[in-house]
Amino acid sequence: MVKVLLWGSLRQATGGLAEVEVEAANFKQLLDRLAVEYPGLKPQIARGISLSLDGVIYREAWFTEIGPDSEVVLMPYMTGG
Amino acid sequence: MSLDEYRKREFKQVGTRVRRPDGVDKVTGRAMYGADATAPGMLWGRILRSPHAHARIRSIDVSAALALKGVKAVVTAEDFGVPEDDFTRDVQDNCMARGRALYDGHAVAAVAAVDQATARAALKLIKVDYEILPHVTDVDAAMQPGAPVVQEGRVQENVPKGFSDNVTAHFEFGHGDLDAGFAKADKIVERSFKTAATHQGYIEPHACLASVTSDGKADLWCCTQGHFYVRTLCAGILGMEASQLRVTASEIGGGFGGKTTVFIEPVALMLSKKAGRPVKLVMSRDEVFRATGPTVSSSSDIKIGMTKDGRITAAEATLRYQGGAFPCGTTEFGTQAAFAAYDLDAVRTYGWSVMTNRPKEAAYRAPGAPVAIYAVESVVDELCQHFGLDPLDVRLKNAARKGTKSSYGPTFPDIGLVATLEAARAHPHYKAPLGPNQGRGLSCGFWFNFGGNTCVSLNVNTDGTVGITEGNPDIGGSRASISLMAAEELGIPYDNIRTIVADTSSLGYNDVTDGSRVTFAVGLATIKAARDAVRKMCARAAKIWGIDEEAVQWKDGAAVPAGPNAGKFPPMTLAEIAAVSAETGGPIAGHYEVNADGAGVSFGVHLCDVEVDRETGATKVLRYTVFQDAGKAVHPDYVEGQMQGGAVQGIGWALNEEYIYGEDGRLQNPTFLDYRVPVASDLPMIETVILEIPNPGHPYGVRGVGETGIVPPLAALSNAVSHAIGLRMSELPMSPPRILKALGGS
Repeated sequence: MVKVLLWGSLRQATGGLAEVEVEAANFKQLLDRLAVEYPGLKPQIARGISLSLDGVIYREAWFTEIGPDSEVVLMPYMTGG
Repeated sequence: MSLDEYRKREFKQVGTRVRRPDGVDKVTGRAMYGADATAPGMLWGRILRSPHAHARIRSIDVSAALALKGVKAVVTAEDFGVPEDDFTRDVQDNCMARGRALYDGHAVAAVAAVDQATARAALKLIKVDYEILPHVTDVDAAMQPGAPVVQEGRVQENVPKGFSDNVTAHFEFGHGDLDAGFAKADKIVERSFKTAATHQGYIEPHACLASVTSDGKADLWCCTQGHFYVRTLCAGILGMEASQLRVTASEIGGGFGGKTTVFIEPVALMLSKKAGRPVKLVMSRDEVFRATGPTVSSSSDIKIGMTKDGRITAAEATLRYQGGAFPCGTTEFGTQAAFAAYDLDAVRTYGWSVMTNRPKEAAYRAPGAPVAIYAVESVVDELCQHFGLDPLDVRLKNAARKGTKSSYGPTFPDIGLVATLEAARAHPHYKAPLGPNQGRGLSCGFWFNFGGNTCVSLNVNTDGTVGITEGNPDIGGSRASISLMAAEELGIPYDNIRTIVADTSSLGYNDVTDGSRVTFAVGLATIKAARDAVRKMCARAAKIWGIDEEAVQWKDGAAVPAGPNAGKFPPMTLAEIAAVSAETGGPIAGHYEVNADGAGVSFGVHLCDVEVDRETGATKVLRYTVFQDAGKAVHPDYVEGQMQGGAVQGIGWALNEEYIYGEDGRLQNPTFLDYRVPVASDLPMIETVILEIPNPGHPYGVRGVGETGIVPPLAALSNAVSHAIGLRMSELPMSPPRILKALGGS
């Protein structure tokens, strides 16, 4: 199980939980499981989510491996100027 | 992908200040910009724009325009379909109003004619029947229930009930117990701030040439930060296959984020499709101001608690951004970035995205971060002032560092903030004496940076030179940096390499030149492409020598036998291997494709001294120093240029630049005469101090530098002016009238 930290305004989709646990070995599985277990997250997943894994930001990269002790933080999809 | 581990090495070419490859073309006028493109039989396009801030378009009568001799095509929204996805539909609707004009300057029709005079005359013959609607241009007014609604049905699921439909999104970040944190504070400062919208201010207006043939193929030449993305957007809007639309990027006269989308390109393509001839569209400066860019304008409330010895106990920010007539896309980044420089036990930021009757916002260096950090750094400075504490000491005491849980969630790996703060404290500027009416300000800055989709080909020519094909318009010296990294890796002179920006049919997809990504990501791909070519050249040498490939290594630009058992052969240089490439297996090339991650966040610190004229309210910048972590400065001239350019744009944002709207909702100052950007005579030499704390995610330690530099100037200037006049300023720009008003009120 992977612990996933959500930003504050996503917590309305998780019953107020700031952190949830899902079974996932990579970023794609993580997003798929979150969409299944917390359907309220689907609109944000569709708009785009980036992932911070142990402090390194991944903009997309489905197959980025996630270890069981990794720090996983969801972030809005990253853009720049 | 796995991150590329940085390995310490001695550089031979990276880090030198070599001659820039575009210099001769640019100083002699040979460089081809967007408006320089031409084609046989070319028509001139022009766009009719709404004079109203908000109006329903009852009808558009183009018959008189079409009847004018020399007019070959007229386009309105009816010529385009309706894209299914919101994002593409917004981009299209911003290029050509569908049903309603949403801001002053919104395009409503376009013509193509044999010359510019005929095109202008044709615009006057188009009759648009408008029903004028109520409008709103202020962010706070637009949030109120009962405000004129810019677009219905755009509210995301995360917005609580009770707001106007103009409020499209809400974000919250942070951690810890705010109440407990504020209870520990010896002093709490709460202050509200406002910032005006500013434009990216690039010198070159948007321009393009479109040519659509009767068999459905199209070519587009344009000035853009990302021609592959232009292809994606235009193909989506026009219902074309990507393979049938080739987009070529011109040299670019500045972008700064403002050329990361399309404004005129789909219109030019549609005009060309209807006319059956090439069509050129060039924006005037008035059009650039009214219908492209700008940034958000904002209002914000900041609350920070501090102990008397300078420890921040809790911090809270509410940020309200208006991004024009379409849902704003930068609120989330300002909301995440606001407190990124601090190690805080209790922090919360709230962001609100708001629509108004203004042009659709476009990205601008570190989008969303400058105005958030301006407000936060102003309050930190005020608290330092209250306690009589050194503002650098306080920032060092509270600085985020490795292991800090950031205000937006992740735990920071190695970051360079403390090093930049210590460099600022050690610099002579920090202790230099100040005179009457003078003040010194400082601010931290932060940006995320990213990598992204990148594709590079490296071709070894038979004469021993090398051509590199990459897909990102060069807005900050990337061709020089890419050539330098290839030269380092291959071991050949920089002058033997030429890097070009290829069109969309010549290379795999490349993300836009944004996010401070190009030197990092394209550099990484170039190093990998060079290593691919080196492997192939070692294999050719192995064949020639009759030994195993593994027994050959690359050293100082040549293949050499690896170790005593490989045999004794003289080194074969790149040129020698290339010269016999036809005989040994054919052309030699290296390739690499990646969606790069591991760009690493970036911090900077700015120091500035100002003098305020109390009679006129004018602020003169006396001295300015930028401290920034570049990871590794590949070409220091360009790194310094990025730092200086960001500082200057931020100085303009702080002191003068401002979108001014009248009661009628129309932009009052769409010219460089009335929209005042800093010019050389306004500025001192911007001093720069480059720190090199290697980014572990890049083989050479490179970190993006393009965006962070615009983040600190707003607060650095505001803090300096506040000290100079003895009053805390809380609104940007701090233009002379606003400073005079503040002084008069004191």
